Amino acid sequence: MARPQPARSLARQTLSSGTEAARLELLEYFLIHHDDLQRCAQASLEWLHRYAGVKRSVCLLADRDSGTLVGVAGFGVGADDVEMSESSLSDEGNPLVGALASAEPIIINSGRANGGSTRAALGPGAYAAVPLRGVRDREEGAVGLLLMRPGSDTTADLSWLSTVLGQKLDQIRGRGSLAEEVRKLRRERSLLFTIINSVTDPIMLTDTEGRLIVANARAEKLFAAGEEESEGRRRAVELNNMLFSAALSRSAVEGPSEARELLLVDPSEGSDLLFEVLSSTVEDSREGTGIVSVLRNITDLRRATEQIEENYQRLRVLEAEARTERDRLNLIIDSVADPIIVTDPTGETVLMNAPAEELFTVPVTAADIAERNVQANDAHFSSFISGLLLGEGGPREIRRGEIGLVNPSSSELIPVEAIAGKVQSESGELTAVVTILHDRREALERVRLYEQLKLASDELQARVQAATAELATQNELLRRQAIELEQASRLKSQFLANMSHEFRTPLNAILGYTHMLLHGVAGDLTVAARRQLTRIDSNGRHLLTIINEILDITRIEAGKMPIQISEFNPSEIVPEVMAELDPVIARSKLIVTPKLDPEAPPVHSDRQKVKQIVVNLLSNALKFTHQGGIEIAVMHDADTGSVSIAVSDTGIGIAPEHHERIFEDFRQVDSSPSRQYGGTGLGLAICRRLAGALGGRIALRSNLGQGSTFTLTIPVDATP
Amino acid sequence: MTEQGPLILVVDDYEDAREMYAEYLRFCGFRVAEARNGNEALEQAFSLMPNLILMDLSLPGMDGWEATRQLKADPRTARIPVVALTGHALAGASEGAKRAGCDSFVTKPCLPDDLVVEVRRMLGLPQTTPTDR
Repeated sequence: MARPQPARSLARQTLSSGTEAARLELLEYFLIHHDDLQRCAQASLEWLHRYAGVKRSVCLLADRDSGTLVGVAGFGVGADDVEMSESSLSDEGNPLVGALASAEPIIINSGRANGGSTRAALGPGAYAAVPLRGVRDREEGAVGLLLMRPGSDTTADLSWLSTVLGQKLDQIRGRGSLAEEVRKLRRERSLLFTIINSVTDPIMLTDTEGRLIVANARAEKLFAAGEEESEGRRRAVELNNMLFSAALSRSAVEGPSEARELLLVDPSEGSDLLFEVLSSTVEDSREGTGIVSVLRNITDLRRATEQIEENYQRLRVLEAEARTERDRLNLIIDSVADPIIVTDPTGETVLMNAPAEELFTVPVTAADIAERNVQANDAHFSSFISGLLLGEGGPREIRRGEIGLVNPSSSELIPVEAIAGKVQSESGELTAVVTILHDRREALERVRLYEQLKLASDELQARVQAATAELATQNELLRRQAIELEQASRLKSQFLANMSHEFRTPLNAILGYTHMLLHGVAGDLTVAARRQLTRIDSNGRHLLTIINEILDITRIEAGKMPIQISEFNPSEIVPEVMAELDPVIARSKLIVTPKLDPEAPPVHSDRQKVKQIVVNLLSNALKFTHQGGIEIAVMHDADTGSVSIAVSDTGIGIAPEHHERIFEDFRQVDSSPSRQYGGTGLGLAICRRLAGALGGRIALRSNLGQGSTFTLTIPVDATP
Repeated sequence: MTEQGPLILVVDDYEDAREMYAEYLRFCGFRVAEARNGNEALEQAFSLMPNLILMDLSLPGMDGWEATRQLKADPRTARIPVVALTGHALAGASEGAKRAGCDSFVTKPCLPDDLVVEVRRMLGLPQTTPTDR
């Protein structure tokens, strides 16, 4: 505390040398706090305690305006006791009121009545009431009273004090009502509390141990919880107190200057709250050392900081991406084979890729001609985009055109197709014109090649058409020939059918009359005549056989051979065939052995045709076998559902190379006119056709000189 | 005996064949009448009322099929058996003959002996060969 100027008016009092300094100290205080009645009273009581050893005292002030005796300060007693020690000045029976009128201190016995609350404040027993005299000696008496325990060695100091304090109080009171002063103080105090409560930051006064002395409403929410609060809230508060104490002790160790952060819990919501703690130590003579802490909620601030940091990082990433993208775009533009040029609104080239540079920049080692060529290219290009730069056309207009450029180095003509488009800002302002040049040489070459190809193709097509027409003519010719052939074939069949009929009529007469002669219709015959007639008969019959066979072939070819299906046992065919050929068998002197399968099932087929085939096979076997025997076997194959009739002989056999030939029309192995064996050569051809018509076939197993086996195989059921 | 045998009408335009069959039938004991075409066949049939008619189908003018149809349509001759004779061995010939009303069908060439066998069969007579007689 700075030392004030020496007191002037109060210094004239005679004081003992021992207490001179002490009295000056009080007077100094009075000078400093010259307008604070309460502080002056309080300082006086403290002074008394220090220098006169008064342990408990109360200072009362007589407020004539309100007619009350008001307690303004107390030492060694509770503040409430001081405030409550108010009594009425009009109470004549009150010894305190009486003491105001007295010139000297009076002793009031606590045993007497009307001690009021003052007595309770000082405790039981007698006490002294010292009147405080004012500057002006007023009728109404003393300014106030000092109440204390009576003591012997305090008289001088007490007397001095009562005078000094009385005059000081009188001075201050002269400026306004004392009671008003007190009430003002109370209002101020309440206002003060309202103010600090209205501060949204928690504000606290704690002792050095961290115990809460004063706290505003916000701080109370964080650090105080009554019994009635919820368990969770109390725990949060407890935790907050611990955290705060720890922070305070850290601050005590590390020094108070630094603002530090403190993470607390919101007891209401349970969320984290980050505070910045500003603590400062305050010294108070009455309360001792305390710490005032102001907590500033920086949760949002921190969040905002983090957000900004995050945004910044994101921005960095975006920037990097944009850079990569731009690099890639440059790479792409450079890798496009077509020249690309970006022009700004003033006509300046702002970007061109490598192919464009070849056209619009002069090579370092170039001749003059290259420079002129580049200038010519520039001129062509500028005139092409000038319209767009002047703002012609709509915002989305694409301009196309052909420009004749030249290769700067070689002066080779390069016809290009130029395509230019506008780049506009969001506000519609032209920012650039992008032009792509497409080398048309290749396209033109392609068109030329295409024309050539088309010409060649047309020629080829014409040739193909000619060839196709030729082919069509040939086809038509062939078709006509086929029709003609078919007609010829049909005519042949018809002719053969007619011929066989025509043959039959005379043959019928020849055979008939021969027969009649042999039967003696014309009388008995000589032996020679009979033999000759028999020759006529036999040759006539052979001729008939030939005619019948020709007719059969004709019928089969014309598809006019009717198939008549009936059920019969193939085994019964064999004896019938043998019976039919009995005269031939007898003449041949060969043994014909039937081998019948009793298991063979009845078949559904054309009985007459099967028989005809077997007759043919057996007569062939008889014809070509000179010694040995013939076997006719009937076999059944249940697996394939077929029946076979095999005719095996021990005859001359057939060489393998002739196996197919013998089944052809009019064929025998020996077709020479001088052949040994008779017959039309139609028998096997007919047999094969008939077998086919029945869904079967005829197989041959034979070798020259080793006999032959012809096997007819037909399905058990030939029903189509 | 010749006067008492069954009367056979032989119809054929080919004279050699007609006379051959006629001669052999007579030889075998039948009475025989002859006709050269369909019209003659009808005339002879109505006037003589034969026991059996041997009818060649291929005839000039009215053919054998038509003659047979008319004979079978007439109540007087409907019951006379008609044996068709044809050199056409093609499929359908026998069916056509049956449809026309023929009772039997013989394919030429047909030996006189075979024909007599068929005639006897149709008339229900015992089969005897000329040599048996």
